[in-house]
Amino acid sequence: MSSFSNSPAEKRVVIRAEGVWKSYDAGSISVLKGVDFEAQAGQAVALAGPSGCGKSTLLHLVGGLDTPDHGRVAVNGVVLNRHRDMVQFLRHEIGFVFQLHNLIPDLTLEENCLLPAQAAGVDPRVARERLNELTLRTGLQGRLKHRIQKLSGGERQRTALCRALMNRPRILLADEPTGSLDEQTAAIVFDLLLNLARGEGVTLLMATHDLALARACDRVVTMHDGRIHEPQPVLS
Amino acid sequence: MYLRLIFTNLRRHRIRSFISLAGIALSVAAMLTVVTILQGAIGMFSGILSSGAELIVFERNVSDLFFSDVPKSAAAQIAGWPVVAHADPVLFGVVSSSDHPIITCFGITPEDSRLLKATWVAGNVADFGQHKDDVVLGQRAAEFLSASLGTQVPIGHGIFRVVGIVKTANGFEDGGVFMPLAESQTFFHKEGSSVITIRLRSKDEIAAFKQQVRVAYPNLIALEDAEFSRTYSQFKILKATAWAVGGCGLALGGLGVANTMIMSVFTRIREIAILRVNGFSNMQIAATILGESAVIAIAGAAAGLAIGTAALYGLKAVPALHGYVDVSLQPLLMLIVVVLALITGVLGALYPAGYAVRVRAVEALRFE
Repeated sequence: MSSFSNSPAEKRVVIRAEGVWKSYDAGSISVLKGVDFEAQAGQAVALAGPSGCGKSTLLHLVGGLDTPDHGRVAVNGVVLNRHRDMVQFLRHEIGFVFQLHNLIPDLTLEENCLLPAQAAGVDPRVARERLNELTLRTGLQGRLKHRIQKLSGGERQRTALCRALMNRPRILLADEPTGSLDEQTAAIVFDLLLNLARGEGVTLLMATHDLALARACDRVVTMHDGRIHEPQPVLS
Repeated sequence: MYLRLIFTNLRRHRIRSFISLAGIALSVAAMLTVVTILQGAIGMFSGILSSGAELIVFERNVSDLFFSDVPKSAAAQIAGWPVVAHADPVLFGVVSSSDHPIITCFGITPEDSRLLKATWVAGNVADFGQHKDDVVLGQRAAEFLSASLGTQVPIGHGIFRVVGIVKTANGFEDGGVFMPLAESQTFFHKEGSSVITIRLRSKDEIAAFKQQVRVAYPNLIALEDAEFSRTYSQFKILKATAWAVGGCGLALGGLGVANTMIMSVFTRIREIAILRVNGFSNMQIAATILGESAVIAIAGAAAGLAIGTAALYGLKAVPALHGYVDVSLQPLLMLIVVVLALITGVLGALYPAGYAVRVRAVEALRFE
């Protein structure tokens, strides 16, 4: 396990990608072309850009679901590589929210949300308290025993948000979290996402098409053709 | 939660789970039935041989007792040894009638304990052996030969008069023919007997008796009942066959489980990816797959035991099989069958579980 040496001024950098290249199909589809990127603790960063520009791929690399062909990605100062215990990383450091909620349809809302706690071996009582806290904040407390099929699109995405935050990760990765929702529901879910992330002190990295939503984040990073095209200054 | 995931997946594909469970259940039932019947048959055959005796003397190194030839003189001498309380020479033969190609024939003396212990449905034990063409039939043999007391029955190349009908709990005996030893020797062109069953005055003399047989008759061997059951090659073949047939059944059941689990894994690649993204380790993912197959195997084994037991009782009730089916289920056998089913189920899920842990979340989730 290797580390980046953060200078005192960079202490709060929790995500750092350096010269990251990624391609698929034996190199025939080049998705990331030398991406340099970093995010500070507690920031809400929007990754904006057209489809296929590499937003999701960058999220997957930061989340440890994939590895770069060249370059390196470090989270909380530690490079993600094959020496790192990725199971522990996924359990405790990262939470994912996807465009299509990716919930298990035959389980209830409660059971879906408890999956990360179950995987991490969290005391069931503690896990349930945490679930109650999250569902209260997301307005889902009355839907705990409902199966996913019975929930609306917005409720499903809020469930996914609860699940992602169950184990109190320090980083939340959201891939087009409102992409499958109508405008009104999208706004509600996004506000919730942002408020929860800020309330929990979580670093949010969100891929989105929606520039209006992106602008509500602390910082907007634009991607184009596999490159960080125009990093925007921190807005707040 | 594991159980919830396991049962949810099984319920999601009810038909497939049921077919897989039925495969294991039928395999277990087949194994239980075949092994129990054959073990019962072995027990019955063993019972024929011993019939209350402690030792069996027969020709050394014969593969089948029907080929064993114990000289008449040896039987007479051994019967006279002081340690011997009772000695019954028995000649085994197989005869046929018009409808029944195989009828076991017992050439015995009037003092043989088989007839003395049997329930006489017709006739009297005192009538046995008075005339050379007289036979006593087992009750089932009398039924399929349509014979009654005093009738003449064609058996093999001879015609015999029925002087008695006996009922015994042993299927071979109940479907067999008892001939006077001398007549059976003539009938089968043998001078001696197949075996001598021995009861000693004291069980402490068993080792000494065996040694005495070894010295006096090097071509004969004396074995205790249990020892004989363990070592007799025919029994070994029967047992091996029973387990092989049952094993093949279970292997097929295992393939059914493998097929179900492979299909189950292939249809929820995305779900496995979700588990992985939520921090499930390889072991935890494999445990859900193996757990599903274990549930199928255990439920299948339980159903199989019930079906097998019912089948055995059903077979026992068939008149033609009276005495051939021993329904005394052995707990050890049941445990072995259940454990084998469980192992089969888990083995069948190894490849699917291995496939599941190799699922890459990023590939499974990339295309939404």
